Amino acid sequence: MSKTIRIVIALIVLALLAVAALFLLRPGLLPRTGAAPEASASTQIISKGEYLARAGDCVACHTVPNGPVFAGGRAMATPFGNLYVPNITPDDDTGIGLWTPDEFYRMMHTGISRDGKLLYPAMPFASYTQVTRDDSDAIFAYLMSVPPVKQKNRDHELRFPFNNRELLIGWRTLYFKEGEFKPDAAQSVEWNRGAYLVKGLGHCAMCHTAVNALGGSSESKAFEGGMIPNQNWYAPSLTSNREAGLGEWEINEIADLLQVGVSHRGTVYGPMAEVVYNSLQYMSDADTKAMAVYLKGLPQKDGAPPPTSQARLVNPEVMEVGRKVYVAQCAMCHGAEGRGQPPSFPLLAGNRSITMATPVNPIRMVLNGGYPPGTRKNPRPHGMPPFSHVLDDEQVAAVVTYIRVAWGNSGTPVTPSQVNDLRKLLPE
Amino acid sequence: MYRTGIALLGTLLLLLAPLPRAHAQGQADAIPAFKKLDSIEARVQGCVTCHGQLGQGTANGYFPRIAGKPAGYLYNQLVAFRDGTRSYPPMNYLVAYLPDPYLKEIAEHFAAQRPAYQPAEKAPADPAAEQRGLLLATVGDAAKGVPACVACHGKNLTGMDPGIPGLAGLRTAYIAGQLTRWRVGERKAADPDCMKRIASRLSDADIAAVAAWLSQQTPRADASPEPSNLVRMPLACGSQR
Repeated sequence: MSKTIRIVIALIVLALLAVAALFLLRPGLLPRTGAAPEASASTQIISKGEYLARAGDCVACHTVPNGPVFAGGRAMATPFGNLYVPNITPDDDTGIGLWTPDEFYRMMHTGISRDGKLLYPAMPFASYTQVTRDDSDAIFAYLMSVPPVKQKNRDHELRFPFNNRELLIGWRTLYFKEGEFKPDAAQSVEWNRGAYLVKGLGHCAMCHTAVNALGGSSESKAFEGGMIPNQNWYAPSLTSNREAGLGEWEINEIADLLQVGVSHRGTVYGPMAEVVYNSLQYMSDADTKAMAVYLKGLPQKDGAPPPTSQARLVNPEVMEVGRKVYVAQCAMCHGAEGRGQPPSFPLLAGNRSITMATPVNPIRMVLNGGYPPGTRKNPRPHGMPPFSHVLDDEQVAAVVTYIRVAWGNSGTPVTPSQVNDLRKLLPE
Repeated sequence: MYRTGIALLGTLLLLLAPLPRAHAQGQADAIPAFKKLDSIEARVQGCVTCHGQLGQGTANGYFPRIAGKPAGYLYNQLVAFRDGTRSYPPMNYLVAYLPDPYLKEIAEHFAAQRPAYQPAEKAPADPAAEQRGLLLATVGDAAKGVPACVACHGKNLTGMDPGIPGLAGLRTAYIAGQLTRWRVGERKAADPDCMKRIASRLSDADIAAVAAWLSQQTPRADASPEPSNLVRMPLACGSQR
């Protein structure tokens, strides 16, 4: 081979190498996949933890309105005195910065804090005990990733004898059953996912199961509804077709109520608006549907048909006052026949939050009005104005009575003194 | 499609529904009413029994006129009510779970309204107080370091963009209430809080006098807030930034 040919071959090889190098090293070209770069394992677990922390609505109690997120300090009024919610940011001195995943799981699972103290059951550990170890670890990883805030916890202000934590041993014996969620093999994966979220992180039972004088709720009464202590709203039964029992609702109607805040069957206000705003609106469509499937399947405890209209029990004069107020103030949005304009303005005919045994919620709505939460799927909700300054106790009682018995509704009459009791409370 | 159906149904119901009857006190425009379900008018029905259909205010002196106030001011108030930095439980409750962009839309809606002013309240004749109110509102009290109301709230008392509210059309009870709350620290604005400085220099008598005088002023209904003009503001105000 002549020297020239070898040089030519070498040059060709070099040229090819150069082209290859230029091709491989050409600037500005990123991987062509449209997908975002794959998140690292730690990012994934933190994102999962953030989602689960939303499912648990940690932020609602552990953050002072407008204050630093998760830094605690919020006063929680209970029938036994004020509790002050602790700082759960990862600050080493005042938060949970020195906790381990084991200690966090023990707290979630057993209600025993890092220092061995028994937690007051305002922390819903009776529900969180159902949370899996994996999910607990993810929530912990997320909490470790948020900005630490130095803010000392405030001592609780509980009255004697409730300031003695030893009493909690008795409470725990009566009302606390430790144990992770056990899937029911006879049910679908979807049902089990819904049950896990509702009974565990969702801690729905905290409001939708009646609380007795000892601040406990018994399992046999699960989801049967109850007054929410210190908030004076009634959390309806989820197991009674006479209240918010969901046996007759379509799955998408239940899912909309939870995730959107409004539905064709009803609208959330008051404490439930807070839950939807801070927590449920962020649940995925799949998880929302799973919760709806589980809730719809809850055993309905009153099979008997609802009682017939009580209209005949009402003094005709009261009925006429109520009708006049309704026509003047309410019919514009809720319709002459109470059919509403759902989901913007809820229907009143056949709406069980109007007719259920306790009239607290409809009275409060008439007095104070209300806006459903602005959510990702309903960012501009329609609202209802207050009427407390327009209508006196007799008129409010008459119009609430009217909507509870008109159009075949099966509610009972309301008295002016019931209205007066609620008028004295601040709206919240 | 479904939604259109609902909207049509809504319109139909609306046509069928009896017209709201005017109240004896002439409060017809404080009763829920709107033309189209999917509209901002329908969405703000939650405001009307206190602030009136167009934000003109109602017979109740404590509920302020909000129509035509600068959108920036109204938005600041809605956010403050939602976050609890301005305290008035009925408002705190109503807007507690509404997101920023929606509050902005509500603020812009009422800022754009120009309804007629309600007739002024009857003020008890008190020439001395009237004189004092006129002085504070239009000249100020240099000895006390109090600038004139009109220096910031506009020569027609229609406010100044973006953050200073109009005072025209407000009632004595509301103005006196706000000045007092500012003085005791219950109401605050963004730092530097110019109103705090002013209110803390006013006596009870000053507040009563200036509130009464302001409640008698009625500018043209189509008057708008004055444009922002930082140069001539006698005190620095955080809400104008």
